[in-house]
Amino acid sequence: MGEEEGLHQAQLLRLIMPVETQEERGETASLLGEKQPLRCSLLCEAVAPDFHQVWNLMGTRSWEPLPLSDATLRSHDSWTCSPLVPEYRLWDPVHMFLTPVVPHWPFYNLDTMFVRGLKRKCFDGEEDIEGTLAGIKAIPSYNLQRQSLLDMSLVKLQLCHMLVEPNLCRSVLIANTVRQIQEEMTQDGTWQMINTQSTGQASVDRLVSTDILCRSSREQAEGKHVPGYSTFSKDFEGDQAQDSSETMSTASSVQAPRNLPSNVWEMENPQENKGNFQKSLDQIFETLENKTPNSVEDLFSEVDNSYYDLDTMLTGMMSNTKMGHCDGLESFSSPTTTTSSSNCKSDLNELDHIVEILVES
Amino acid sequence: MAGAGGGNDIQWCFSQVKGAVDDDVAEADIISTVEFNHSGELLATGDKGGRVVIFQQEQESSTDSSSDAERVSSPTNKTQSHSRGEYNVYSTFQSHEPEFDYLKSLEIEEKINKIRWLPQKNAAQFLLSTNDKTIKLWKISERDKRPEGYNLKEEDGRYRDPTTVTTLRVPVFRPMDLMVEASPRRIFANAHTYHINSISINSDYETYLSADDLRINLWHLEITDRSFNIVDIKPANMEELTEVITAAEFHPNSCNTFVYSSSKGTIRLCDMRASALCDRHSKLFEEPEDPSNRSFFSEIISSISDVKFSHSGRYMMTRDYLSVKIWDLNMENRPVETYQVHEYLRSKLCSLYENDCIFDKFECCWNGSDSIVMTGSYNNFFRMFDRNTKRDITLEASRENNKPRTVLKPRKVCASGKRKKDEISVDSLDFNKKILHTAWHPKENIIAVATTNNLYIFQDKMN
Repeated sequence: MGEEEGLHQAQLLRLIMPVETQEERGETASLLGEKQPLRCSLLCEAVAPDFHQVWNLMGTRSWEPLPLSDATLRSHDSWTCSPLVPEYRLWDPVHMFLTPVVPHWPFYNLDTMFVRGLKRKCFDGEEDIEGTLAGIKAIPSYNLQRQSLLDMSLVKLQLCHMLVEPNLCRSVLIANTVRQIQEEMTQDGTWQMINTQSTGQASVDRLVSTDILCRSSREQAEGKHVPGYSTFSKDFEGDQAQDSSETMSTASSVQAPRNLPSNVWEMENPQENKGNFQKSLDQIFETLENKTPNSVEDLFSEVDNSYYDLDTMLTGMMSNTKMGHCDGLESFSSPTTTTSSSNCKSDLNELDHIVEILVES
Repeated sequence: MAGAGGGNDIQWCFSQVKGAVDDDVAEADIISTVEFNHSGELLATGDKGGRVVIFQQEQESSTDSSSDAERVSSPTNKTQSHSRGEYNVYSTFQSHEPEFDYLKSLEIEEKINKIRWLPQKNAAQFLLSTNDKTIKLWKISERDKRPEGYNLKEEDGRYRDPTTVTTLRVPVFRPMDLMVEASPRRIFANAHTYHINSISINSDYETYLSADDLRINLWHLEITDRSFNIVDIKPANMEELTEVITAAEFHPNSCNTFVYSSSKGTIRLCDMRASALCDRHSKLFEEPEDPSNRSFFSEIISSISDVKFSHSGRYMMTRDYLSVKIWDLNMENRPVETYQVHEYLRSKLCSLYENDCIFDKFECCWNGSDSIVMTGSYNNFFRMFDRNTKRDITLEASRENNKPRTVLKPRKVCASGKRKKDEISVDSLDFNKKILHTAWHPKENIIAVATTNNLYIFQDKMN
């Protein structure tokens, strides 16, 4: 494939995932080229030094490069895998280890990543793929580099949890790097504070504390501490709670419903879902209208940084872990386990409707 | 420039290589530490599987040149003064076993982090070996005689029927094939919460220190159930942790002085006479940061991976990711000498951060006269810096030059631009082939260089 040549080999992600195809789920197969949202598709983003390429899990159960002009692959519950995880492995956030081959949960929401501007390119059907990629290729901005460094560092911190105790020196150095980036981003004004409802937490304190890497804003506001969660600080203590998966599930079921409205993928009820999705769409539209192709940096600057909060990222998945792959994917819109699948489907239908509108416009 | 790089222009020749030939490296065979003993006759290596292998230098006399000469002298009676013999396996033993910490549900690796020899006091040799949590004192002793002529036992050990014993005799010692036994004499355990990175024997030969990420403990070699904590940098709130201890060493002559290095690029010298807990340093060695080289990786590459005193005790050497620095103990604000090991990697720091190579901990060592320092790099390259002539040389440890007495060809890495013949470009360096551990014979120009699973021994060319 031509696209591959431009990609740094070490950063290409190819995954084989045993996820049900649409046919298996009893839905009609969608053909490439049809403007139909593919449900529960897993999208993966491979980061090349110069540009991003989006890969899609097709019914063939293998990753293929996503034809960017086919702007149908948007689904609110689509996820990406971190491009920084080594090939063939994914981070299993429940059991906190790198899966050998078959991953369960990737953990980035592609939608929020799309805010970066890829989505805009996709909607604009007149630009061809090469032009799109070339456009992105030309701007490896400092902010982008800094952002990917931050991503990389956060992933590295999470990857510390293995059978053997993590290397403390390495963890400290990475944490210091993250702190340094956060400080700089705060000074630049590109770091948006996550928790608008926090009670009296000084932002400076949060920056210098390792807390920001570990705890969700919700926890701090409520003064709650998740005991079993393998937070960074806990690692330093050297005690790893082994019932972490259980406590995480507990925590998530408490946390998830109250997550920030701007997190599209954590929804409580259909109405709010719609509103949330609409809000992020509004954001996208705003950027589409106001920004020029050259201000990719500005686009990045409006990324909702909440997804860098590892807790926020992961809580959405915790409650789904008890289900099978596909069930989890389907009901992804409702992180709490109590929501029935029928609700999920209705949520999906509404969102699909919205996406269809977008696509056809 | 060929062959240059040592005092009096040492020409380094390949001598031996130990270890498996095939490229498939077994995890347990990865060498994790290399150390000569005080006389240089013994060379110990530790590996990731918890084993210690000790090599002994053959005694070559000027008249006896047979290659398989029997060991006529034990390590205690070294009479030859000019020994350039080969190193052969002397003893192998399993020092540490993998353990499981049930409290934390974590494995404790059996990998040997450090080996330190004690100076020889009697016929036996002693060394300290440590993994992440436990230090062990091993006694390596030879047995070349055994008693024969027991009254109640046959020669093979079976008991004789007492009724067949008609005479009594005195058992006598008769020579036997040399047997080298290693036995653990002391086990110093349960004193470290974090991973031990250094051990260092004091010049009083009675005490030693062990350092983990946040604490340093002082032990007496005879006492295993107690140790003194002399440095503790653990913050009250672990979330405020920003700095860890990376290496520590006792001064070679002053038994009250030791240094420890940190992940922030500082070295602290402490005097144990000042207080029981040496949290306040006597000297702080830190070089101000160069603002032109500042990047997000500045702190990571300033982290010191190894600190070694010179034999004289006047200087100490530190190794950070890109350079080797020599400090005069009397001057704290900057090093007296700085040598760039692989400056061409400075532009690749992001990639090296991504593949974790930036966290590699390289060691460094002095030669016997403190005139040359050596450290490792990638692509199985290692570097030597002559402090007097200011010349440096890059050599490669590879099986391609494995003919004895072959003079090693100096290597060069081309940073950018046109690549000359025989030069290697930065992009074709193999970052999986790294030389982290090197050792220099205390008296001769013999060096031991550890690649991933092979141990190379090089000697200077004797005319």
